[in-house]
Amino acid sequence: MTNKVKPKGLQERFEVNAWALVIGLMLVLSVGGIVEIVPLFFMDSTFEHNKHPEIVWQRQDGQTLKDHKAGDGVRPYRALELAGRDVYQREGCYLCHSQMIRPFRDEKERYGHYSLASESMYDHPFQWGSKRTGPDMARVGGKYSDSWHRKHLRAPRSVVPESVMPNYPWLVETPLDMDIAARMGAMKLMGVPYTEADIAEGPAEMEGKNEEDALVAFLQVLGTMAKLDDSKVYRE
Amino acid sequence: MDASAEQKYNLKVVRWFVVMSAIYLLVGTLAGTYIASELAWPFLNFDIPYITFGRLRPLHTNAVIFAFGGCILMAASYYTVQRTCGTRLWSDKLAWFVFWGWNLIIVAAVITLPLGINQSKEYAELEWPIDIAIAVVWLVYMFNFIMTMVIRKSSHIYVSNWFFLGMMVMITYLHVVNSLAVPVSLTKSYSLFAGVQDAMIQWWWGHNAVGFYLTAGFLGIMYYFVPKQAGRPVYSYRLSVIHFWALMFGYVWLGAHHLQYTALPDWTGSLGAAVSIAMIIPSWGGAVNGMMTLSGAWDKLRTDYVLRFLIMSLAFYAMSTFEGPIMSIKTVNALSHYTDWTVGHVHSGALGWVAMVGIGALYHMMKHTFHVEMWSTKLINAHFWTATIGTVIYIVAMWVSGIMQGLMWRAYDEYGTLAYTFAESVEAMHPYYAMRAIGGMIFVVGVLLMVFNVLMTVRKSASEGSVQKARTATVTA
Repeated sequence: MTNKVKPKGLQERFEVNAWALVIGLMLVLSVGGIVEIVPLFFMDSTFEHNKHPEIVWQRQDGQTLKDHKAGDGVRPYRALELAGRDVYQREGCYLCHSQMIRPFRDEKERYGHYSLASESMYDHPFQWGSKRTGPDMARVGGKYSDSWHRKHLRAPRSVVPESVMPNYPWLVETPLDMDIAARMGAMKLMGVPYTEADIAEGPAEMEGKNEEDALVAFLQVLGTMAKLDDSKVYRE
Repeated sequence: MDASAEQKYNLKVVRWFVVMSAIYLLVGTLAGTYIASELAWPFLNFDIPYITFGRLRPLHTNAVIFAFGGCILMAASYYTVQRTCGTRLWSDKLAWFVFWGWNLIIVAAVITLPLGINQSKEYAELEWPIDIAIAVVWLVYMFNFIMTMVIRKSSHIYVSNWFFLGMMVMITYLHVVNSLAVPVSLTKSYSLFAGVQDAMIQWWWGHNAVGFYLTAGFLGIMYYFVPKQAGRPVYSYRLSVIHFWALMFGYVWLGAHHLQYTALPDWTGSLGAAVSIAMIIPSWGGAVNGMMTLSGAWDKLRTDYVLRFLIMSLAFYAMSTFEGPIMSIKTVNALSHYTDWTVGHVHSGALGWVAMVGIGALYHMMKHTFHVEMWSTKLINAHFWTATIGTVIYIVAMWVSGIMQGLMWRAYDEYGTLAYTFAESVEAMHPYYAMRAIGGMIFVVGVLLMVFNVLMTVRKSASEGSVQKARTATVTA
C-alpha cells in the first residue's frame, strides 16, 4: 500500500491528506464544466436571434398566443401543445427521435433547414435527442395531415410497414388530465414569456381533448413557428 | 478464510451490496434484451404502455448503471477502502443507511419509470423527489468513505481510493446541477435549463456519468482487484499518478462532443473533440498499467477465470477508449451520430469493460467476504465465454448497422436525389437488430449462470457457517 517512490511533493501531500485530496479534486474537476457551460449563458453568439431578431416572435401588447401565425417567429407552446410535449416526454419519444437537424445536404433534403439554438430556447428540457431509430422531428409540423398522425400513432405499421415504433392506442382513450396552468406557470417562472392571459386561457384549450389530440398538436407545430431564410447565414 | 478481515472490517455490508449487484445485473440486462427484441420484433410492445420501448429503455439504463453499477461500486469501494486503509468503515450505521437508501431509490425507479414518470434527460430520468434522495444517499456514501480514509492506519492513500473519490466528487457536481428543476407536482418537473444550455449541461452529465461513474469508479476497482487477483503489485506507480490526474482533469470536457454539428456553438463542440482525442493517452496509460501488472504472471490466465474477466475487461477498455476519440472527430461524428454505432460503442464499454471488470471484482469479493470458494468454478468459466461472445456479437451488429445507417442516410442516386427513404434504412436494420438481441441474450445467459452460482455460494457459506466461523475464530497477530 505504502509507496514511497516519490519524495515529498504535491502528489505525496494528496496521498497523505484525505481532505487535501478532496479539495484538489473539487478544483480540478470543476474547470472543464465551467469553461464549456458558463459562457453559453453570456455570449450573444450562442443564440442566432441576437443577430436575427425576426426568428423570435415580437409580440405586440395585448396579443395572446392565439394571435401568433405560423412563421411569425419562435413563441412559447400553447397549452395543448405543451400538454402534447409532456406526453411526448412521458412516452420516451426523445429516445428514438431527434429534434436537431444538422447542416448537411442530405439532412436539409430529408428534414429541412438546419436547426437553430433560438428555436429551442423555450424548451425546458431540450428535446434534441441523441439517436435516430426513427426520423428527426424538428420540422415535422405540417408535413403530414392530422389524420395521418392519428393513424400512425395508433398503428404505425398501418401507414409505414417498415416501422418498428410501438402502437400508442391508449392516447386517444385517455382524456387530458393535467394542471396546465401550473405547468405554464412553472415555465413562466423560468423565463418563458407567457402572459397572464396565455395562462388564463390555457385550461379552456384543453377541454374535451385527449392525449392524442395534444400530441398531434405538438407534432404539428414543430418547426413551423419561425420562417427561416435559405439565403441567410444564421450560424458561422 | 480470512478471519482477521471478518473481525476487523465491516464485510457484511459489502456482502449485501455484492449479492444485490448480481441480481440487478440480471434485471438490467434482461430489460435491455427485451427492449432490443422490441426493436427487432415490435409486436413485443404488446400495446401495453408500461412495457413499450420508450418507457423500458430508461429502466434498462438506470438498472445497469445505477442499480448494478452503483451496488458493485459501493461494494468495491467500501471493501477496498477498508482493506487499503487498514481500518473499519468510519460508520457502520451510515454504511447501512447507504445500502437501504440506495436500494429504495432503485425500487422507486422500477416503479416510476414504467409509469412514464421521467424528466426526459438521458440517464437522469428520475423525477425530482428521487433526485433529492439520490443526492442525500450519495453524500452520505462519500462522507463515510472520506472519513474512513481520514482515520486510516496506512501512511498513504492507495490509488484505487483516489479514483473512487474523484468519481464521488464529480457525480455530486453533475447530479446536482443537471437535476435542477422546477417542480409542478410530486411526479412532474421541468428542467431549470432550456435548449442549447440544457443540452450542454445534459451531455456534460451524460458523458461524465460514463467518464466518472463507469470509468473512474471502475478504474478504482481495476487498480485494487487486478493486482490482488494476479498477486502482483501495480505495474507503474508513476503511470497511475499521470493516469489519474489526466483523467480527472480531461474527462470533464468531453460532453460537448455529443453535440457536434448541432446548434451548440462550434467552439464548444470542437473543444470537446480536441480534449477527447487527447484522452486516448491517459486511457491507454491506464489500460497498459492494468495489463502490465500481469507481467510475470500471465500463466495465471490459464487457470484463474476471475483474472480472465479482469484482463478481458481491460482489452475492451482499451478498444472503446480508442473508438470514442475517433468518433468524436467531426468528420467521423457526422456519420456516426444518431446511429447505432453510438449504441455499439456504449455497449463495448458497458458490457466489455464495466460489466466484466465489475464481475471480476464480484467473484473476488464473493470469495473473500463469504470466506468460501465459489460453488462452481466451471460456471465462472462458462460465464466468461458467454459474456465475451455475447458482447462481441452485440458490438459487431451495431457497428454494421450504425455505419450502414449513416451511409444510407447520406447516399445519393445518379440523379442527385436521396437514394433511400428513412423507412428503407429502418427495414435494413432488422437483421442487425435481431443479431444484437441474440448477442444480448447470450450475455444474459451468462449473467443467469452467475446469479445461480452466487446464490449457491451464499447457500454453501450458510450451511458451512463460514462467516460465523470467521467471526469467532481466534486471530493471531
